[in-house]
Amino acid sequence: MSQQTAPQPVTAAANPPVQPLASNLLATDVVRISATREVPAPTRQLTKVAKLIDASKCIGCKACQSACIEWNDTHPELEENVGVYDNPHDLTPEMYTLMRFTEYENPDTGDLEWLIRKDGCMHCEDPGCLKACPAPGAIVQYSNGIVDFISDNCIGCGYCVTGCPFNIPRISKTAHVSTKCTLCSDRVAVGQGPACAKACPTQCITFGPKEQMIELAEERIADLKSRGYARAGLYDPQGVGGTHVMYVLHHADKPSLYAGLPDDPRISPLVQGWKGPAKTAGVAVAGIAMLGAVLHGLFARPNEVSDEEEHEARALVDAAARGNDTGRAAATGRGADAGRDPGKEA
Amino acid sequence: MARPPRVYSAPGDVIETSRPVVRVSRYRGYTRLNHWVTAISMIVLLLSGFAFFHPSLFWLTGLFGGGQTTRWLHPVVGLVLVASFFLLFLQMWKLNLPRREDLDWSRRIGDVLAGHEERLPELGKYNAGQKMVFWSMSVLIVIMAVTGVMIWEQYFPGLVSIPVRRVAVAVHALAALLSILVFILHVYAAIWTRGTIGAMTRGTVTGGWSYRHHRKWLRELAGRQDSGEAR
Repeated sequence: MSQQTAPQPVTAAANPPVQPLASNLLATDVVRISATREVPAPTRQLTKVAKLIDASKCIGCKACQSACIEWNDTHPELEENVGVYDNPHDLTPEMYTLMRFTEYENPDTGDLEWLIRKDGCMHCEDPGCLKACPAPGAIVQYSNGIVDFISDNCIGCGYCVTGCPFNIPRISKTAHVSTKCTLCSDRVAVGQGPACAKACPTQCITFGPKEQMIELAEERIADLKSRGYARAGLYDPQGVGGTHVMYVLHHADKPSLYAGLPDDPRISPLVQGWKGPAKTAGVAVAGIAMLGAVLHGLFARPNEVSDEEEHEARALVDAAARGNDTGRAAATGRGADAGRDPGKEA
Repeated sequence: MARPPRVYSAPGDVIETSRPVVRVSRYRGYTRLNHWVTAISMIVLLLSGFAFFHPSLFWLTGLFGGGQTTRWLHPVVGLVLVASFFLLFLQMWKLNLPRREDLDWSRRIGDVLAGHEERLPELGKYNAGQKMVFWSMSVLIVIMAVTGVMIWEQYFPGLVSIPVRRVAVAVHALAALLSILVFILHVYAAIWTRGTIGAMTRGTVTGGWSYRHHRKWLRELAGRQDSGEAR
């Protein structure tokens, strides 16, 4: 029985195919691997995909969160209501996406605006997590733009947390691996869009080829502008090479209004420096020091004690001992020098 | 009659024999054990740390049973090192305080490397190089301990903000690199200066070694001998 290969997904709205399909997101589609310099050149280029989240259409129903929990079979803890709509309180190892609610009093209009943003991995074109990761193969990027954590290779060190400009990865306290949104890579592999997009009742979350998503965003932005949101725009931050999760924002000039979405995210220069050529230089310095020590040890004359010095020492000790017998006071320095000639002693 | 007070030597430093050669006790068993616990911790930390330092060295995690185990082990051994080094520090800090002759010794570092010790000032238990190793390690270990806790994901995930973590992780790596250089210097100097290793294995050095490298220390110990023991 030969299985047909799944098509590349073009939308999350379409119903999934019902016949069994072979995965179409393969190991050979990987373009970047953490802690690995030589990645075999992929044989094909997948269509770049993106998830577009239109903050202006979100009604805060959390269907996306539910769909995410269901599809990924995670079990977020039940928490207490502390007076905000965010639930759970933050992204957790069991909650890959989170609606963040912000009440914003617009100084221009005097309106109270309820800004709701679906937080989660942005799937950066230049992923800081992947750059920071020390474990080969724990983080990969596919040619369609999806950044995925491969838990089998993850060591749970938390370096990805340090590398991520969006504060996304969370380390499991039980499995000790890092977790985050996978952009439903396992669904995309069989021609389906992400679970959150599928579940979204207002089509605030849409999914498809990134180019089409940008076109769709432009339509939405034009509409928003016609309705008074002059600064509406697309959030596809170029500081990280663009992202494969994009937002349409009514206030694109101030992304940080949306629960602290970074205005200009980029991989921290500290992480770049720590992970960049500095590391190689560091290994080289340590290697040269070791090699230098070995070479010096092999070829330079060792610092050896001579027989003469052994005799001198004995003379010093003996003289001091005699001095001690007659009275300690004079024994420290001069007394020892008196009996110094090793020839006579030996 | 009262013995002269210790200025250049530590408790336990004593001339053990004078025949057939002078043997001087330099480190007591307790100190040697303490040193080797520190040394083994340091080696485990260097190897496991190197694995996280550069992808080309990640295979070193295999020595400890894989990446997950290495990730767990590294900070735990780090705590062992901190505790162990602290005990060493308590025993050694006083004799590692800088003295006037250290300046002279440092200026003549060329003579040190060329083996012209007769041109160097007489020294107490430690020379300026040893003191440099001691204080560098003390400072670097404190830096690595503090920054290490800041990036200890398993137990202190939210201790500091992510921007601070970025600083901590870079500082930790830099301090580790420096400590590797100090470590290499320390081990190499002990091997190059023949007769030194015994101080940390059997605990003794010869009189000639003491006379050549640490004459003030030897003089003080000679002056403190029990007359009965000086055969």
